[in-house]
Amino acid sequence: MVALPTAAIAGELSEEAGVTEVRAEMVANVWQVVAAEGDQVADGDTLVILESMKMEIPVLAESEGTLTKLAVAEGDVVQEGDLIAVIE
Amino acid sequence: MIESVLVANRGEIARRVIRTARRLGIRVVAVYSEADAALPYVREADEAVPIGPAAPASSYLDVRAVLGAARATGVAAIHPGYGFLSESAEFAAAVIDAGLTWIGPPPAAIQQMGDKINARNLMEQAGVPVAAGTREPVADVASAIAGAGRIGYPVMIKAAAGGGGIGMSAVANETELRTGFETARTRAERFFGNPSILLERYVEQARHVEVQILGCSDSAVLALGERDCSVQRRHQKIAEETPSPGVTPELRARMLAAAALAGETVSYRGAGTVEFLLDATTKDFMFLEMNTRIQVEHPITEMVTGIDLVEQQFRIAAGEDVSFRPASVRAEGHAVELRVYAEDPRRFLPSPGLITEWLEPSGPGVRVDAGYEAGNEVTQFYDPLLAKLCVHGASRDEALQRARAAVADFHVRGPKTNLPFHAELLASDEFTSGCYDTSVVARLRA
Repeated sequence: MVALPTAAIAGELSEEAGVTEVRAEMVANVWQVVAAEGDQVADGDTLVILESMKMEIPVLAESEGTLTKLAVAEGDVVQEGDLIAVIE
Repeated sequence: MIESVLVANRGEIARRVIRTARRLGIRVVAVYSEADAALPYVREADEAVPIGPAAPASSYLDVRAVLGAARATGVAAIHPGYGFLSESAEFAAAVIDAGLTWIGPPPAAIQQMGDKINARNLMEQAGVPVAAGTREPVADVASAIAGAGRIGYPVMIKAAAGGGGIGMSAVANETELRTGFETARTRAERFFGNPSILLERYVEQARHVEVQILGCSDSAVLALGERDCSVQRRHQKIAEETPSPGVTPELRARMLAAAALAGETVSYRGAGTVEFLLDATTKDFMFLEMNTRIQVEHPITEMVTGIDLVEQQFRIAAGEDVSFRPASVRAEGHAVELRVYAEDPRRFLPSPGLITEWLEPSGPGVRVDAGYEAGNEVTQFYDPLLAKLCVHGASRDEALQRARAAVADFHVRGPKTNLPFHAELLASDEFTSGCYDTSVVARLRA
């Protein structure tokens, strides 16, 4: 498995009124959950690491705030567009 | 000749091995996971056995499941393809212990080349050129800093048990080394169960050139020409060509002799590949590693030599002579392989999905080794290789011209593919000039 060397963001973001939803960009397995609900996260923090086609894909926070929802657990399969996390 | 074989692999390489086995009249058994039941190779085998769920650890990497399928179908031999169990000395030994023929090198040769530190030291002792580097596993950051001081920056950090670019990084100074070393060690532990790290001098303008070898039944080791694999992303190959535009006849003769010596040093049998780094400036070449199995990009060597390498694997495993006269081998023309991946062509991120349309190119000099067809689901469980588009021409210009036409005629709908990247590569001045190195993809994306 290969890890992306730099900030390759697998999440698609939709933002309204200070709420950021992080969504999966592709079908993948949830390899590792790094952050936990209630965490204060900073821009660039790794939330979750997905795994697809022998590649590790870190999902990063693109805004700072509180992680109010973490919608996936290790071992889950996410489909394209599935919600991964909410940052407020 | 071997009477029957189980192919312990999937996708395009399973299909490739099945094709030669059938031509040779060998009964062939496929194995497949739950995710792969509809793939063409399953149907093309004489018999197919389900071996477990989609996750590789529960199917293609499950030694008991694979050996169980071999027992149940009464085959005489196992061909491992590449990846999965192909470079597991333990699996090779288990196959032999089960009374089956292993279509691959002796387990001892796999073992000797499997650890990169051991392989480097062995090659250095045998007189094969290696890059300046560490001769023992680097245990901690302090030893890494000391080692890098001796070698001189920039240095490459590698996992000793690694492959596929995992854990590899080039660092220019002590600060980068501290970070890179920790990352490499964590990844090496996680992916290979072995935290051993080695450091090597990093060559900034380098080509990645490998030599195809065949260790014959009479213990002669033949070198069948080189392949240039410098077109890479994330230290993984995307396109290969033979002959290498960066290798002169005089250099070729030295590289082929060094590759044969590498094979002789480990009493190699069967098909293998000796990888070298070629300093594009000084033309010095250095041993990188040896792949003790059939290589993904073997078809381009087949196209220029007319030799079926999988057939030679079967013959050598059976203790027979190769099918050609070694002295008469000539490379004719030029061949290029383009790896068609299910990934977006900009960022190279994976793109699994259902294939709704699949139209392969054809014509003079065009060969497509595909693992999929329309209606197949490309899943997230395996590597993104959909097909290998291989093209041969009388000259490099003709091969590239045919490759451009073939890329334009390859239509895949469903998953995103890197075909648009290949069109871009084939149109780029750097690639077409032949004067490129391992940073060519990074420059195209800069």
